[in-house]
Amino acid sequence: MAISVLAIVVTRNLFSVIVLSGAYSFLMATVLVALDAVDVAMTEAAVGAGISTVLLLGALHLCKSLEAKPAHKPWLPLAVSVATGALLVYGALGLPDFGDPDAPIHKNVVPRYMKNEVEVPNVVTAVLASFRGYDTLGETTVVFTAGAGVIALLRRRKQGSEKASGDA
Amino acid sequence: MRNDLVLRVIGRLMIPSILLFALYVQFHGDFGPGGGFQAGVIVAAGIVFYALIYGVTATRRLVPDSVVETMVAAGVLIYAGVGLAGLLLGGHYLDYSVLGHDPVHGQHRGIFWVEVGVATTVCGVMLKIFYMFTSRGNSED
Repeated sequence: MAISVLAIVVTRNLFSVIVLSGAYSFLMATVLVALDAVDVAMTEAAVGAGISTVLLLGALHLCKSLEAKPAHKPWLPLAVSVATGALLVYGALGLPDFGDPDAPIHKNVVPRYMKNEVEVPNVVTAVLASFRGYDTLGETTVVFTAGAGVIALLRRRKQGSEKASGDA
Repeated sequence: MRNDLVLRVIGRLMIPSILLFALYVQFHGDFGPGGGFQAGVIVAAGIVFYALIYGVTATRRLVPDSVVETMVAAGVLIYAGVGLAGLLLGGHYLDYSVLGHDPVHGQHRGIFWVEVGVATTVCGVMLKIFYMFTSRGNSED
């Protein structure tokens, strides 16, 4: 993963950047499987490696395939991102160990989730759709808003007539 | 790429399996990993795969824009409708327990329809964005 990230940063050819980011997504999906987050891994593989690669290729079709030289030196953004990363690592050191049953997150609502009142064997689904129903409704609305925004921005304007894009 | 025999044959083999797998992910989401979001994305990926082989024009004939745009909105409406159904049946908004003859049954039914809504919107949005991006190139050439 680190190699593919470095290659993405260094490479100027956008086509290889897109392919590398697809590979990165697949690697990330395997990491998520290793962390027992199969639901997220599936999403990552399908969205990150599949659809967004195709979308980026489609976008690449519209523009030049060589990244322009940056207009200024990247030292300030580099410093900011390194500082943020260091801060996050420092914060992560204070977290309980991975899988620690005494961690605070496992003490509050998780026992109730795990008791599984809705009797759906997949806890992720139960939490997402039932216990956190409002959140998921909000997420769906966010996805809907994204789609509506893309439609509003990119809908092809016919000269003279306000024709829907249904026959475009 | 529609004249490439290898791609066509593999596409024929893969696309039904992808769609079937999406349905499995959708309806088996209660028991194994998966659910509406994943299923919607997988359906969209299958259709995008079809578009890569047979071209966007053929895909737009197969899955027209009007259907996709309807899906975008319909999913949210299904989700919100489940909430309203709970409200009308005397529960709280998005409280599924009142949807069936007993709470567990109602929860299952509510989760099922909510997942259907999520899958519909996600699939519609993915396809719409894909259509939008790919059709831009053709218009400007």
